[in-house]
Amino acid sequence: MTDGRKFMRRRDLLRGATLGSGALILSGCDALNENATFRSALRAVDSLDQITHRSLMDRATLAPEFAPSEISPVFKTNGSVTATSAEYLAHLQNGFADWRLRVDGMVANPLMLGLDPLRAMPARTQITRHDCVEGWSAIAQWQGTPLRLLLQQARVSSRAKYIVFHCADDYGALPYYESIDLVDAYHPQTILAWGMNGETLPVKYGAPIRLRVERQLGYKQAKYVMRIEATDDLTKFHGGKGGYWEDVGDYAWYAGI
Amino acid sequence: MDAAQSGAQDVVKRHHILTRIWHWLNAIFATILLMSGLMIFNAHPQLYWGEFGARGDYAWLQIDDTRTTGFVRVGNARVETTGVLGLSLDSKDKVRRVAFPGWATIPTHYSLAAARRWHFAFAWLFALGLTAFMLGSLVNGHIRKDLHVRRAEWSVANIWKDIKNHAQLRFDRAHGTYNILQKLAYIGLIFVVLPTMILTGITMSPAMNAAWPWLLDLFGGRQSARSLHFIAATMMALFVVVHLLMVLLSGPIKGVRPMITGRHAATSEPSQVGEQP
Repeated sequence: MTDGRKFMRRRDLLRGATLGSGALILSGCDALNENATFRSALRAVDSLDQITHRSLMDRATLAPEFAPSEISPVFKTNGSVTATSAEYLAHLQNGFADWRLRVDGMVANPLMLGLDPLRAMPARTQITRHDCVEGWSAIAQWQGTPLRLLLQQARVSSRAKYIVFHCADDYGALPYYESIDLVDAYHPQTILAWGMNGETLPVKYGAPIRLRVERQLGYKQAKYVMRIEATDDLTKFHGGKGGYWEDVGDYAWYAGI
Repeated sequence: MDAAQSGAQDVVKRHHILTRIWHWLNAIFATILLMSGLMIFNAHPQLYWGEFGARGDYAWLQIDDTRTTGFVRVGNARVETTGVLGLSLDSKDKVRRVAFPGWATIPTHYSLAAARRWHFAFAWLFALGLTAFMLGSLVNGHIRKDLHVRRAEWSVANIWKDIKNHAQLRFDRAHGTYNILQKLAYIGLIFVVLPTMILTGITMSPAMNAAWPWLLDLFGGRQSARSLHFIAATMMALFVVVHLLMVLLSGPIKGVRPMITGRHAATSEPSQVGEQP
């Protein structure tokens, strides 16, 4: 009996020590997670990842494309499923007939383009995989105007570094927006998609146009794009981190992983 | 062995400095990667085979909840796991509907963004560390001398004898060499499981899919790579459990000390098994 009690006590001690050290490690990690220096060290890895990825491929290296048979039977909707501003709803009402895409900021020739002129430009069709930061993937066919053509027409300044996409939808209480650098902006697969799986882009997937940046994650693929702005400074937009989820969720601006 | 020469205390060199440094650093890195990885899994607690997969597609594994119970489903088999997986209580006794509970994740509260930052930072250290250890072990002879399975060891009789020894908890403490089961476990971990972790991890990166599309062919698509990443992590965790169990059963001090000091006192305590017939 004494043996049994001693054994129990020792086992309790062992369990206590294990739980105690486990809790210590966890609270230590949580404390590190809140530490500003540690966080900025982790954040520096985002740039390391981007530099590494860019050094391993050409700026125009294509993301994998798939066969029509590989298209997801149901493409999961995510984020906003419509924009709710009065302006957007009015455009939706009359089939985006009066809708104009603005291309401005650090450009020599600002543009105002309707949907028909946009569709009349040379288009690219691609079947690509959409990867959510959460881990799921869906494949669809996208048809749209290469962003490159618009930027060339607008004559982007040589001092511009980023392209910002202003969207019609609010997510939560804040307007959605995104940004990419010029390498991705001029990439052959970077398109403003107005078609999906052979149909006009449905509202829940971002009508009238959504961005496709195929070498990055889903939160970069801005829907309901209303205005495209060339800039050399992302800090002046909204939360300053270059995108809605970057500001709100602290996700990495470079979303190549 | 020159046991007689040094008298009572025969000190045998056991672990190379590189092995020791890598062992402990890797223990830290792998723990952080596992725990931040579980948090990332929590963001979408389903696994698929093939190129795509999302809610609505068939998932072969699901760790989820019914709002009142937690469960794990593998194929058609479903087990209730309330309290641990799918649905559990946090440290303040609040119900949390997450696949893996807070005590198993980094950070303990739900944050996909933070977990990704931890994971990707330590993945670099983990991958560079493994590469350095592999190259160093090739040069210093660790692979050739200690891990290489010699032809004579490949006999069924030898493997069976080793299985029996393990089952009877008889461990050869004095000899200083690995038995066949140990060698296979270490080789499997270092050359199969850990590289699979790294490569399937890289396969989930859309940018790396553009740079190295052959990875998608190798693993059968991004969602297959995600599944294999999870399976390899499970095997790594199982290795650690068995490894710790073996250290405990065969004498924790005798096992841990040489991994710290590099030296092994072979005759300070007579071997219980030695080379008994």
